[in-house]
Amino acid sequence: MAQYMLLLYANEVEGEELAEREADLPIWTELTKSLEEAGLLVASGRLHRTTSATTVSAMSGETELTDGPFAITKEALAGYYLIEADNLDEALNVARRVPLIRYGHVEVRPLMDLDLE
Amino acid sequence: MSDPTADAVARAFRDERAAVLATLIRHVGDFQLAEDAVQDAYAAALTTWPRDGVPANPGAWLTVAARRRAIDRLRRDRSVADRAERLAELVRLDQQEHPVVTPESAIVDDRLRLIFTCCHPALDMAARVALTLRALGGLTTGEIARAFLVAEPTMGKRIVRAKRKIADARIPYEVPRDEELPDRVRGVLRVVYLIFNEGYSATEGDRLVREELCNEAIRLGLLLRELMPDHGEVWGLLALMLLHDSRRAARVDKRGRYLAIEEQDRSLWDETRIREGLRALERSVRLRQPGQYQLQAAITALQIEPSPDWPQIADLYGALAKLTPTAVVELNRAVAVGFADGPQAGLALLTPLLDDPALARYQPLHAAHAELLGRAGDRDGAARAYEKAIELSGNAVERAELERRLQAL
Repeated sequence: MAQYMLLLYANEVEGEELAEREADLPIWTELTKSLEEAGLLVASGRLHRTTSATTVSAMSGETELTDGPFAITKEALAGYYLIEADNLDEALNVARRVPLIRYGHVEVRPLMDLDLE
Repeated sequence: MSDPTADAVARAFRDERAAVLATLIRHVGDFQLAEDAVQDAYAAALTTWPRDGVPANPGAWLTVAARRRAIDRLRRDRSVADRAERLAELVRLDQQEHPVVTPESAIVDDRLRLIFTCCHPALDMAARVALTLRALGGLTTGEIARAFLVAEPTMGKRIVRAKRKIADARIPYEVPRDEELPDRVRGVLRVVYLIFNEGYSATEGDRLVREELCNEAIRLGLLLRELMPDHGEVWGLLALMLLHDSRRAARVDKRGRYLAIEEQDRSLWDETRIREGLRALERSVRLRQPGQYQLQAAITALQIEPSPDWPQIADLYGALAKLTPTAVVELNRAVAVGFADGPQAGLALLTPLLDDPALARYQPLHAAHAELLGRAGDRDGAARAYEKAIELSGNAVERAELERRLQAL
């Protein structure tokens, strides 16, 4: 069997609109559980909003951090690592080791603590 | 008009807030919650102290009050993750027999943690500056907004966003490890110097607010000196800020024109600040860790002498150019060499800069070029360079001065 990555995109909302979306939670939970039970789920997660992102790049030769998500669209998503880290510094230290930063960008985004029960 | 109790609260706010906040953040693990609780504690001080008198140790009083407010807030707020754990820890601290005595070394560490968190490189520079002023300085959001000429809600959003990122992305609340420390200290110094420069160099905005920024930056510099006395550049930056600040009153003439050091009225210089600055520079030099701030401070110290030692200033600019090879440093070096070894030697260094596209519209380059050409006897060249500088000048007073020099050729 092959593996596929499903990338989920949406505009970011707050307040009432966010509450409306949160009302879908049972549908999300049901989807995740059914994939799990069928043995089809590798990993899934919900990201914190883009304001929590840090982008790492070394295209100029030195590693540079940028506050915020990666924004240039001509580069394409090429892969991912889902890692465990105690804090942002440790996650950034992993990002610095990714060879792609010499010609691209690594966006480091924290996942939310999800309690699906 | 002066109310002694209100003064005591204001003084406690200025002197103790950062330390109280820094320790509480470690205890509750949440920037926003800690800040709200400290705010509550100050509000409580404003009502309690006039009635019961100012406590013997205001810092300890505020620490206990802020912790209790944090407990109240945590009990009310059910949305906080690991709330029970945090509550238990706070209650345990609150019930200790001598709850008010935080060891001095812990206070130092907490304030360092706070500084490194506020100046974390994963935060936007504008957010680092705002957060540092808010958490470690005594400025309100409104004051910071006025100092940086943005609307108060904009500044408020910037600060809230930064605090949210600290929480969501888990920016660590700790002093960086030894191998990361030099780099991170440089980052902190950059934030403090940026605050100072914003107050010192900007020409727009409320003058009083801007002076407040210089004072805050120097206060931060003094705090860093207290917390990290072994870092040469910490002393170097402090020296640089004090030496610049000593000339604050003499920098502008009655018409608002900026005066070069040699044009300033020396009787307006603050001698005490100069002495403090020179002492800090000495300490920095003795630590034998040369850096850009120490070099700039040394240059300034030489420039304020009645007859500056231009060859030495030129050498120091040469060393600075090796550390921070920017066009502006190169320009200053060319000017210094022009005084040390004559206008031709200065021109030899300055001429290549004229081809730098980044400097094509940089007025000081053309003004310095004109000055050197004039002294070298090339009147036509000097006139052309002055005309270029005048064309690029955005300031009426400055333009008038350049025109005066053009006429004087």
